[in-house]
Amino acid sequence: MPANPFNGFTDFGVGIGLRVPHFQHILSEKPVVSWFEIISENYMIDGGRPLHVLDQILERYRVVQHGVSMYFGSPEPPNREHLKRLKALVKRTKTPWLTDHLCWGSVDGTYSHDLLPMPYTFEAARLTAQKIREVRDFLEIPIAVENVSSYAEFHVSEMTEWEFLTEVVELADCGILLDVNNIYVSSRNHNFNPHDYVNGVPAERVAQIHIAGHSKFEKYILDTHDHPVIDPVWKLYARAIERAGRTATLLEWDDKIPSFEEVHNEALKANQFIAEMAVAS
Amino acid sequence: MNLLDIQHRMLEAVMQPLTPGEQMQPRTRDGRSMHEVAGEFIKPNDRLSSFERLEIYNRQYWFRVLASLEEDFRGLRAIIGPRRFEVLSKAYLVDCPSESFTLRNLGSRLEWWLRSHPEHIQPRAALALDMVRLEWAEIEAFDGAAEPVLVPGDVLASDPDPQFTLQPYLQLLSLRYPVDDLLVAIRKDDSDGEMASNAISERQKQTRVRKVARQKPQAVCLVVHRVDYSVYFKRVEPEAFKFLHALREGKSLSAAVVLAFQGHDIQESRLLGIVRGWFENWSSLGWFCRSESPNQEFISSLGRQS
Repeated sequence: MPANPFNGFTDFGVGIGLRVPHFQHILSEKPVVSWFEIISENYMIDGGRPLHVLDQILERYRVVQHGVSMYFGSPEPPNREHLKRLKALVKRTKTPWLTDHLCWGSVDGTYSHDLLPMPYTFEAARLTAQKIREVRDFLEIPIAVENVSSYAEFHVSEMTEWEFLTEVVELADCGILLDVNNIYVSSRNHNFNPHDYVNGVPAERVAQIHIAGHSKFEKYILDTHDHPVIDPVWKLYARAIERAGRTATLLEWDDKIPSFEEVHNEALKANQFIAEMAVAS
Repeated sequence: MNLLDIQHRMLEAVMQPLTPGEQMQPRTRDGRSMHEVAGEFIKPNDRLSSFERLEIYNRQYWFRVLASLEEDFRGLRAIIGPRRFEVLSKAYLVDCPSESFTLRNLGSRLEWWLRSHPEHIQPRAALALDMVRLEWAEIEAFDGAAEPVLVPGDVLASDPDPQFTLQPYLQLLSLRYPVDDLLVAIRKDDSDGEMASNAISERQKQTRVRKVARQKPQAVCLVVHRVDYSVYFKRVEPEAFKFLHALREGKSLSAAVVLAFQGHDIQESRLLGIVRGWFENWSSLGWFCRSESPNQEFISSLGRQS
């Protein structure tokens, strides 16, 4: 199910995140890339070089917006200024769907600029879903929420993370941006089987998949987006597309960013799994 | 414990400054054991205690915001030194945590805050404040709105005493020290420093700062502007600066000229020549503009609807 209501009935292939070190290469060499993902907040500005570059990218490429600070799980209502700027950017990019994280990060207007984990409770699911609906109604565009990497669990949780994700997206009737690297990171930090997670989410709601690398420390794993994708994460990816079908896929590489070719080639490895899945089916 | 209780407690802990060893504080601000507090809402696992799991977020928060502030205020850091800058940054972020969805705005209240906390920038307070204003102006100029460029001749043909609008991204700064030169030099040191040791680079910076700080204050009228999406500093004469200020305040051309040359005994023909020269120069830099851009109009219209 590559095209579904949650990704605007599009059929995108394998893309990469648009990052500053690659601007010059992309604009001068014009490489063939299925699509780029942008961090919305980097372009929710009034003018200047970032928007100038974005406009040039938009002339040639398809762009999907990915946010990092909507904080669907935060207690306060969506910030109006944030929403207005986001909607202006949506009009500019014509993104077919929009993603942000299933997390919280602000309280009473104070921002942590982090993706803080949710307690997996029915109360949290209800409040989060309500906020996703409000944002979608304002933006008038399909929304998919991304599972985050986490390093803490709460005593009050009443269900697993994938049950919570399912509860939220069904209450909100929205899509899922399934980050298989985040599933792997959290599975190692919280001792669960990552395949149970991938098998447990409603596959028909998967609008997009994220792949990335991470950093391993002695007692935990951090989601650093500064390495190639490791084999166990590719295995999760293979299982995810087996369930969800050939789905828009995006490699994130945000730190120690190598050359454009290296990042793009790493992303394109996903095509092998897509081809194997097609043969198997 | 409900969702809001957890979020309040967790954010309070995450935003509490780290110890000098970059670990989470053993006690909360109100004196409770942080181990106890963390244990009340965070589960331990077989490798990490509740405290250690919460500490990951605490450290990530401080590493992220301190790095962001350092990137935006390298000039201030060079003036007061890296250790004092870190102390200042922590104190500022405790008093003025982010209230914006973007880290771009993290330093927006730094000048205001420093004016009531001058102990962090003594004995070079005036120099440091000038640098903070310049570095913030650079951020504003980098991604500020640009309106369609106006050719002054077009307006003068239809209105003999028109109002000229300056590009919103243009920043006008009246400075007491030549911090524009200093910032350029510090950045050069930073890039040269990539090839030298950090210690040498820091010494070079300190020498340069001391040289500027020893100078008598030198009034500088500075315009922070953009050419081809890159930010530049342009010094202007005091009269030109007053003239630009008057235009920004919405004064008409004739009123701006009067304000700019108040107290000057100058021939009209010479005055006209000076003003014409300014317009030629500033027009070529695209400093004059028409009305709101479509993007701004769209954002404004959304504001009216909500």
